[in-house]
Amino acid sequence: MLSIQDLSRPGLKPFSIDLNEGECVVLTGPSGAGKTLLLRAIADLDPNKGSVFLNQVNKNEYTAPEWRRAVCYLSTESGWWADDVGIHFPNHQSAGELLPKLGIGPDALNWQVARLSTGERQRLALARLILVSPSVMLLDEPTSGLDPESETMVEQILLQKLAEDVSILIVTHSSDQANRLATRCLKMNSGVVSEDIA
Amino acid sequence: MNFISLSPVDVGISALLLIINALLSIALRLGLAKQMIIAATRMVIQLLLVGLVLKALFDLASPLFTSVMGLTMILFSGREVMARQSRQLTGWWAYGLGTTAMLIAGTVVTLFALTTQVRPEPWYEARVALPIFGMILGNTMTGIALGLDRLLTSIGRERSAIESRLALGHTIKEAMSGVLRNAIRSGLIPIINSMSAIGLVSIPGMMTGQILAGIEPMEAVKYQLLIMFLIAGGTTFGVLGAVLACGWRLTDNRHRLRLDRLSETKQA
Repeated sequence: MLSIQDLSRPGLKPFSIDLNEGECVVLTGPSGAGKTLLLRAIADLDPNKGSVFLNQVNKNEYTAPEWRRAVCYLSTESGWWADDVGIHFPNHQSAGELLPKLGIGPDALNWQVARLSTGERQRLALARLILVSPSVMLLDEPTSGLDPESETMVEQILLQKLAEDVSILIVTHSSDQANRLATRCLKMNSGVVSEDIA
Repeated sequence: MNFISLSPVDVGISALLLIINALLSIALRLGLAKQMIIAATRMVIQLLLVGLVLKALFDLASPLFTSVMGLTMILFSGREVMARQSRQLTGWWAYGLGTTAMLIAGTVVTLFALTTQVRPEPWYEARVALPIFGMILGNTMTGIALGLDRLLTSIGRERSAIESRLALGHTIKEAMSGVLRNAIRSGLIPIINSMSAIGLVSIPGMMTGQILAGIEPMEAVKYQLLIMFLIAGGTTFGVLGAVLACGWRLTDNRHRLRLDRLSETKQA
């Protein structure tokens, strides 16, 4: 589904991988290894070299917004461009159905961003991404600030998406989470990615 | 028409106020005495020089020398715009962008005024062209400096909000609209404020000068109105041009935010 060939940028050695439908690849490695740079390069958020194909179609044949709706990146630190939570969700009906599955009441759409906790921000940002219905999700530590209960809910949603043939590339520091989600594990060190056999 | 010519002594007496200010600053330990004296000295030298230069230019009546003077004014104002940015574009852009915007906005509006409204004979007469150009340039400079500074600082602060939108597949135009609008607004607010306050709070310097020089108040008012419209026009063109060009420079055709084109060094 997603085929990456020799993708590189400063700080990132050429990287290749094929990601199949419904596959979850877990990327681990120390901070500063270049995991975020890699996800950003796949989403085409920074200048990069190499080629990336989605269903055999080259990234450059998509407009950048089309590409990012299909291959959607979630950063560790969520960004908000308005004061009201609701403005960040174009479709309030589908948002209202999804949010309870992440442990957030549908009235969150009427809240102010300023009063959200870190964990609420993180789950709302994930919900925002899921509602774009991407084919590939690039998730940068989506559960790092969550309590175990919320973490389980997030993982349930991700497993459901995998069952719907969405592919996921996820960065995590938790080996337990890796065991629960991964079909494959990759390890990253100083900009170089290697298969994790352990 | 009668106007009261000032002797150097008269001007010197008014400068006494500044000496008193400096003494006050020393007494109150404000630490402004030195800055104030330097600024005042600069003002005296710069204005005397410009008086001499203008006199020479008026006598020469040469379009070439008039343009050279205009260009020099732009180059200096470009430096002022650059010096007022807390973050700057990399390379040539740091100086070139604001300067080019001022060159275009200032020249177009001045030519418009000279050829259709003021119509001196010949149309490029330095006595008319340079003061008008200077008024437009001074105000456009302030607007551009404020607008660019606002854009360059807020784009770094709003980075995660802008990139979140891009990551969700919004276009760069949608993602940047907020910061661009705010930058343009902060560049234009001074001219809007000065148009609303003029006459009520302040009698503008140019009008005061004309009235002191013996011109009928209504004649002075007409000139002031003309100048204000030209200033507002020039500032708007300049701010729009500079802010939009800067926004364009900090993004690319793959809808990416290119903060690598922004220098990291902060200036005081």
